[in-house]
Amino acid sequence: MTKIPVLLGAVELTNPVLVASGTFGAGREPAPLVDVAKLGGIIVKSMTVVPWKGKPTPRMAETPSGMLNAIGIQNKGVDHFVTEDLPWLVKHKATVFASIAGNTVDEFVRVADKLRTARGIAAVEVNISCPNLEDRNNMFSHSVEATAAVVGQVKAALKRIPVFPKLSPNVTSLTAIADAALGAGADGLSLINTVFGMAIDVETRRPKLAGTTGGLSGPAIRPIAVRAVHEIHRAFPHVPLIGQGGVANATDALELILAGATAVAVGTANFVNPRASLDVIDGIAAYMERHGVSDISELVGAVKLEG
Amino acid sequence: MILATGEVLSHKKYGEHFHSLTIVAPEIGATIKPGQFVNVRCGDNRATILRRPFSVYRVHKRGGWASTIEIVFDIRGPGSKYLSELRGHATVDLLGPLGRGFQLPKRRAHCLLVGGGIGATPLFFLADELRNEGHRVDVILGARDVGLLLNPIEVRRLASVSVTTTEDGSAGERGRVTDVLAETIERCSTEVVYTCGPHPMLAAVARIATEHKIPVQVAVEELMACGYGVCMTCVMPLRRKAKKDESPEDAIVYARSCTEGPVFNGANVIWNGSDEVVASPDQSELTPASVPAARSALVDPDDEFAPPGN
Repeated sequence: MTKIPVLLGAVELTNPVLVASGTFGAGREPAPLVDVAKLGGIIVKSMTVVPWKGKPTPRMAETPSGMLNAIGIQNKGVDHFVTEDLPWLVKHKATVFASIAGNTVDEFVRVADKLRTARGIAAVEVNISCPNLEDRNNMFSHSVEATAAVVGQVKAALKRIPVFPKLSPNVTSLTAIADAALGAGADGLSLINTVFGMAIDVETRRPKLAGTTGGLSGPAIRPIAVRAVHEIHRAFPHVPLIGQGGVANATDALELILAGATAVAVGTANFVNPRASLDVIDGIAAYMERHGVSDISELVGAVKLEG
Repeated sequence: MILATGEVLSHKKYGEHFHSLTIVAPEIGATIKPGQFVNVRCGDNRATILRRPFSVYRVHKRGGWASTIEIVFDIRGPGSKYLSELRGHATVDLLGPLGRGFQLPKRRAHCLLVGGGIGATPLFFLADELRNEGHRVDVILGARDVGLLLNPIEVRRLASVSVTTTEDGSAGERGRVTDVLAETIERCSTEVVYTCGPHPMLAAVARIATEHKIPVQVAVEELMACGYGVCMTCVMPLRRKAKKDESPEDAIVYARSCTEGPVFNGANVIWNGSDEVVASPDQSELTPASVPAARSALVDPDDEFAPPGN
């Protein structure tokens, strides 16, 4: 087992490679192929205060070097996570990042309340790319005020558990949103969520997704993630960042680390290769050896901008 | 579920439209069951990143063709085109076996297999297994025209009664499989129906079988990204028995075709929820041409809502 210890804020990881929310379930399905204890951590599928059914199908469309999805956060609810998934993850020695979602600030807080007393949660990612029912369905992550409200109240509910809001790249000023999240008590940031997109079948003239629009993921969005991580790391150099967006191999992961990410998450690549994250860990270790790097923190934000 | 590198043993064609790849993949061939599928990486094309799901046409467990799986497909996009150009000794990256296959009857039974177009693929593997266990196999094979019938000569060989339909009348009876289904059920004293094909066909077959009070297992095609239960894109709306204090709407669940399916109890599937919006043609290669369990004495009550066992 490759050890590349890293400190993500207050969270100790055996290596900087996580798996992204919604691409790995809560670890059980990939378990025949992946020892979950070997991962830096698992950001589980987002959970809500009550089960959500999700959207009708088609929920997915493949696009050049990526895919669009509109799932609607189908999940069995926080109670199911706490009683069924979390004990399994703890038993299998996974480092657990719980991902929480909701349609109102109160819904986020109610999920956070249930997680506060649960055993075995290393950190919480806050999925604020959800429609805000109290603001004409605008996404929380698109508003400075809504971001601050959710993050502040979730942090208050979770007390000592580190909180990483996952920011959307579909905003005019990512720095302003990041500032709001940090001002409200975020311990770090997760960058980026999917990029808004849409695809149309020209034969039927209908959207390819039943939900009309969806989130673009995969290698197509990696340059956007690299830029976002770079921008936020430059603005807030001491804030721990989880970089994600199109990471399929170690080179991709290192790009995000050099841009300023302390940890990275492998997402869509898990669909193609459930073992992709393990390959990324080995690849980072090989790179460090090749470049004589003994501590991965030397690489965080180490992109050379001059000369 | 394993990740395996298979080696292409041979490529051939069935008729004008259908390509077949026989792939040496011992670990998958040894355990795969009818109705299960494999998810195949289609080259290193960075533009089309997702695997393509394929149901298995036949498995050769013994003899000179031992431990091979045969997939059959038509060309629907860049992924299937890539595969159609592979020849002997090429390697293919496989993830499988995936999903829950057909449940075989627990006692000797008269089984009717209803296949539409390329959707008939997994029914050949199923027919082999049913016959090995001593069940009677009858088949209705249908397609738009004669060129889209999958291997009708082989169907005549393995079925006790075989009925062919084409919509244009170019082979067999003019019409659809559902036009001859009720009379075939009566003629063959059918006790269980297995079907795979386009969703409107599955809906009609499930309705007719249910009217005859016969269990019907349908293998569905849904767009999928991962094939092993994490992406939640391939869900089918299912009706389950409402619990106390539960509205009928609450008793509708979205079940993953890749893990709870692709074989579902046809009586539980809510078809109008899914055939209103069908996959667009250029995306359709992301569906497995394959793959329910019925509540009867013949087959186990399903636990379609349970997580995969691991």
